[in-house]
Amino acid sequence: MNSTEQKQKEIVMTEEPINERRTFFLTIARAAGLAALGGLIWSAYVDEVTSNRLILRPPGALPEIDFLKTCIKCGMCVEACPFDTLKLASPGDNKPIGTPYFIPRDIPCYMCEDIPCVPVCPSGALDITKVSTNQKLDINKAEMGVAVVDSKNCIAFWGIQCDACYRACPLMDVAIKLDYSKNERTGKHALIKPVVDSDACTGCGLCERACVTEKASIIVLPREMVLGKSGDHYVKGWDETDEVKLETAKAEITSTKLSEKSVENSLNDSGDLLND
Amino acid sequence: MIKIMIKNKYLILRRLTQISIIVLYFGANAWGWNILVGNLSSSLIAGIIPMSDPFAVLQMFTAGAIITVDLFIGALVVLFFYGIVGGRAFCSWVCPINIVTDASAYVRNKFGFNKIQKKQPASRNIRYWVLIMSLAISFIMGITAFEFISPISMVHRGIIFGLGFGFSAVMIIFLFDLFVLKNGWCGHVCPLGGFYSLVGKYSLIRINHEEEKCTLCMKCKDVCPENQVLHMIGKSSEQVLSGECTNCARCIEVCDDDALNFSLRDLIARKKEK
Repeated sequence: MNSTEQKQKEIVMTEEPINERRTFFLTIARAAGLAALGGLIWSAYVDEVTSNRLILRPPGALPEIDFLKTCIKCGMCVEACPFDTLKLASPGDNKPIGTPYFIPRDIPCYMCEDIPCVPVCPSGALDITKVSTNQKLDINKAEMGVAVVDSKNCIAFWGIQCDACYRACPLMDVAIKLDYSKNERTGKHALIKPVVDSDACTGCGLCERACVTEKASIIVLPREMVLGKSGDHYVKGWDETDEVKLETAKAEITSTKLSEKSVENSLNDSGDLLND
Repeated sequence: MIKIMIKNKYLILRRLTQISIIVLYFGANAWGWNILVGNLSSSLIAGIIPMSDPFAVLQMFTAGAIITVDLFIGALVVLFFYGIVGGRAFCSWVCPINIVTDASAYVRNKFGFNKIQKKQPASRNIRYWVLIMSLAISFIMGITAFEFISPISMVHRGIIFGLGFGFSAVMIIFLFDLFVLKNGWCGHVCPLGGFYSLVGKYSLIRINHEEEKCTLCMKCKDVCPENQVLHMIGKSSEQVLSGECTNCARCIEVCDDDALNFSLRDLIARKKEK
């Protein structure tokens, strides 16, 4: 009896420190596992929700990446908007929660001259300098998006007379111009087609709202989504202002196997061809 | 009835502050009131005094955003109030989720779940890890990480601007607190609570315990959502100095012996002790 009791005690004594160490490592591993799992889900969600680049922001908004880190989601711009254009994204909208956006087909931006939504922003996510010229508010400088015409479904491109978007545009004949051309189908009529000047278009969406087709055939999209970039290689030689590009342009010399030698030598060098 | 109301005066006051803050924000959006405009993330009192969520501002900073003067002053105003005066009072006097978790704790107590599940399987320090993690994710991904998932913002913003699926966040927290973990969200997970625990560590308003009056009924420990802060109950007369105390005053209300009361932090006496 006595000896077995002693043995049991010994076992307990030898096992105890191991147990403690085991529980210690187990807790560490559990904590690390939980943190990894939580962090993964968390950042995956954030990544997913921030990848939506089709969101139209209020006037003066910073570029989307900066906007997302700067907007504190207080909703003051939404409250300032007299037309209820702006909304705060709520869970389920598939947009970064709490950030302001608008859907022009529902309520477009009416381009208030005093731009009430921008000066109220406490965080600078809506930058007042982006919508002012000479320290005076100028809504025409806004770059909320750019209108794009679907020329297959726009009835003006069919030859039916419609200038709804043209007339709705607050910058009529500047942001949307009419392009007259011959209607080749009938041979005697004109096509009066709307054409967007992306330099002037503010992306207010009044055209999208006014469009008469079932689903709007002129829609506003974020500028970064739609506009291309010509880069430094192509310069409008006839445009002095475009030549500014040359000052910042960097020549990039690529070297390949062929360009190591001069052009002539490279062409004359038959290399391994004769051996074959 | 009046007796019950006097007995629970702090609870009633807390609900009144929580609800009236939301109503003021709501009125600002719906009817253009100018008393309290914005939401709990950032707001303006009477169009003059800015307030902003210091934790959100901290996340913005780690994400690499430029902090404007307005936001910085707003965060300082809030930090000053909770840091010097109120302690972690945000959690019990302002935060709308507190109503949800209190309801959950009440139901839990009524159904006797606490007696079945006596030991809590999770550490209360999780919140500090979540806090660190939200700053880390903010830094790496360049966004305000907690603001993207915070049920607190979802709910208060939702009530003011439209809830969407935010209601499910409320339900999840209610059920989590009810079935999974007692005081789970507010007492274990919420990084904002952790943040204000750190901020309010040295604030002036403190609960005071008088040991000679205590009859060891332990009602205070049962009702306290952060009952580890009441470690001195029945042992010694001292102030509750842990930053994790939310100053919700439930312990004062349930105490039938007047052994717990609000007090100002005893700066001089503490120095003498040392």
